[in-house]
Amino acid sequence: MIDMVVIPVFKMLVVITAVLSAVAYMVLLERKVQAWVQVRLGPMRVGPHGVLQPIADVLKLITKEDVRPASADRFLFTLAPILVVVPALIVFAVVPFGTSTTMFGKEISLYITDLDIGLLYIVSVASIGLYGLILGGWASNSKYPLLSSLRASAQIVSYEVAVTMTLVSLIVTAGSLSLVEIVKAQEAHGVWYVFIQPVAFVIFVIGALAETNRAPFDLPEAEQELVGGFHTEYSGMRFALFFLAEYTNMIVVSAVGVTMFLGGWLAPFSSVSWLAWLGLVPGWVWFSLKTFLLLSLFLWIRATLPRYRYDQLMRLGWKVLIPLALVNLAVSAVLKVLL
Amino acid sequence: MGTAIAFYILAALILTGGVLVITAKSAVHSVVWLVGTIIAIAALYVVQHAEFLAVIQVLVYAGGIVVLYLFVVMLVNLKRPAEAIVHPQRRERTGLLLGGALLAQFAAVAFYAFNSPQVGTAATYSARGNVEAVARALYVEYLVPFEVASVLLLVAMVGAIVLARRDA
Amino acid sequence: MTTNRDTATSAFDTDELVINMGPQHPSTHGVLRLVLRLDGERVIDMDVVIGYLHRGVEKLTEQRDYTQIVLLTDRMDYVAAASNNLGYVETVEKLMSLEVPKRAQYIRTVLAELQRIASHLVWLGTHAMDIGAVTVFLYCLRERELVLDLFEEYCGARLTYNAMRVGGLPMDLSTGWEAKVRAFCDLLPGKIDDYETLLTNNRIWLERTKDVGVISGADATAIGLTGPALRASGVRRDVRKDEPYAAYKDFDFEVPLGTRGDTYDRYTVRLIEMRQSVRIVQQALDGMPDGPVMGKVPRLIKPPAGETYHAIESPKGELGYFIVSDGQSLSPYRLRVRPPSLCNLQALPQLARGHLVADVVALIGTIDIVLGEVDR
Repeated sequence: MIDMVVIPVFKMLVVITAVLSAVAYMVLLERKVQAWVQVRLGPMRVGPHGVLQPIADVLKLITKEDVRPASADRFLFTLAPILVVVPALIVFAVVPFGTSTTMFGKEISLYITDLDIGLLYIVSVASIGLYGLILGGWASNSKYPLLSSLRASAQIVSYEVAVTMTLVSLIVTAGSLSLVEIVKAQEAHGVWYVFIQPVAFVIFVIGALAETNRAPFDLPEAEQELVGGFHTEYSGMRFALFFLAEYTNMIVVSAVGVTMFLGGWLAPFSSVSWLAWLGLVPGWVWFSLKTFLLLSLFLWIRATLPRYRYDQLMRLGWKVLIPLALVNLAVSAVLKVLL
Repeated sequence: MGTAIAFYILAALILTGGVLVITAKSAVHSVVWLVGTIIAIAALYVVQHAEFLAVIQVLVYAGGIVVLYLFVVMLVNLKRPAEAIVHPQRRERTGLLLGGALLAQFAAVAFYAFNSPQVGTAATYSARGNVEAVARALYVEYLVPFEVASVLLLVAMVGAIVLARRDA
Repeated sequence: MTTNRDTATSAFDTDELVINMGPQHPSTHGVLRLVLRLDGERVIDMDVVIGYLHRGVEKLTEQRDYTQIVLLTDRMDYVAAASNNLGYVETVEKLMSLEVPKRAQYIRTVLAELQRIASHLVWLGTHAMDIGAVTVFLYCLRERELVLDLFEEYCGARLTYNAMRVGGLPMDLSTGWEAKVRAFCDLLPGKIDDYETLLTNNRIWLERTKDVGVISGADATAIGLTGPALRASGVRRDVRKDEPYAAYKDFDFEVPLGTRGDTYDRYTVRLIEMRQSVRIVQQALDGMPDGPVMGKVPRLIKPPAGETYHAIESPKGELGYFIVSDGQSLSPYRLRVRPPSLCNLQALPQLARGHLVADVVALIGTIDIVLGEVDR
């Protein structure tokens, strides 16, 4: 009973709590980083240096009036934010934060479950989140959201292909679809896959930016053109769900990237003897640290680059990234057979 | 016991979803119910220990094909063309005919399945792992049909492009 | 593609999408309203609707005396108030054949060029922000703040300066002001290098601006484009060179020209202009003559009957004033402004046709309009 129900439920609660608070502080971090890059201070009012800002934001969003446009499709307008958030959260079911730890005399693995098709699970669940964007834009019954939800769907579908392709080349290298096995394979190889598959990593990062609608690919919500994008008509908690999903997705892709390319929970420099003490730090700390670094890259890019145009983004996806990912896959497969 | 309960709940969901797909007033709603149905079917696969199939079902159908449906439905403002309701009887007759054919096919499959020896359920495959089982079936046991089918699909794809280009 | 409404039987009815952009829109730089006709995201045509900021400035001038009008000119192109002041006072001086002291001319030139830098900084910031580079916007406004500080120290105001008078200037420079301007001039080129690092060779920036909104020199002239937007199309027309006013003929500066007439050229032309403005300011400070800053002006400014047109090169283009005086009244009989923003805005539909919605935003930015001047 304890093994079957209590521990998994407890793990889910921990993961969801951790992810949600990470999202809240991710927003603050983003605003702070943006501000520092842009010679501003960022939020300063709520708490010292604005550290309580996320709490204030959440309170505000929860207590806000929930406005639904009169001409909106009532059912889908409510469904859309839910459809965006749920897939983003349940992806964490297979993300390994570490190997295992001992608590109250029990061996507890630091992941909710280890599916032998973990990677496919992530890809397929993530693809469901797309419906939220499309339906949200359509249900608002307004032109700007519709345009941007079209952009969103086309963009995500395109970049999904490239990203999945890079993941496939990693599967070829690692010989498994399970995220835990992939990290263990990296441990066995003694090298993180980012060094074996640098091209795949670059494609993955670009594709991840595009899939999460982050700058410079944040077309679906291009403030300057579409005034907010698919969630223009949303307010209050429904809007908060879209927001939550966006940042959760960022954490998801970073976590997947860390697992696939940066050795997951493994400590760096494991082969350097005088740095062996790094291995004493718990794995989940390394995992969080690496995820944080990847997320910071997202923020840095957002503060630096202008935005792509829709057709250019499509060209980049279909004519550059996908062929490159295909070639990379073919090369990895051939090398795998030869070596 | 648990499996049976799960099956009946999912079956009910699938049937409800299916009925809602054809009864929903708005085409977009139909598509949404279709997605629900597809996901429920995927859940059914999971209950049958065919996780790989379930994931592929979600990835390909829910995540890929139906998105395109939705695209088309949203873009093409489906106002019912006037002549579509001119011959309701003819449509009904065609529908009945097709439905009957489909039912017959299902019955045949079910009959065959009940009367043939158990060649290996998903559970026996899952001992080896879902992915390996499917891969072995596709790339070893049924390699030639698989390749033929992929060529067929390729031809269809090329054909679709050719037709579309000629129109434009 | 065309609309096939006539073939109503077709299930695939393609429709043009009519989208209203503005007057409440973050990227129309104020209260510009565009009615876009779209095929997908491609712009087929657009109507530019203006007038949301019309305050009747030209009519108001007929009720104000000539000194008070300086104040009104501030409020047209409020991003470049000093240039507006300059254009107006010079026109009145021309009408009255007034002699302006050399020192006043020099200071006016310094102010006008600082104003050009400030205006171009606002342009660059907003333009970059429209294309998604928000950081550049804040950097540009940081440097513009320094210019505003200089203006504040000179005349006490930061936006609407009222910095010039018919016949000269209201006040001389305060001590230490010149040093501060020099410090700014030393600082700015490095900052412009910073912006260029972020943008000029950035692949995304290049893709967003190159070959977007191309206009040939002939077309640009036909429409009446002036200023950087015209010079980016390769037409050498700069009022500062062609009909020198203030003290411009004393200074050595280059007029940058573009070749293709696209958004990228307009960007580079304005960046070079900023650098050239720094040069002009430095030369003006070096050669700053001594003497009074106010010429001999009658107590009551009452120009003789007649009319005159005078233009200056404002940051946005040729800013012209046409004044008719009846010789009796203390107010102009008619004052007409040739606002570069309005004339340049006329090119927008032609620039945007065939481009995507995202480009429209970039194009509004590239022609650099201020709605206060478009509507007056």
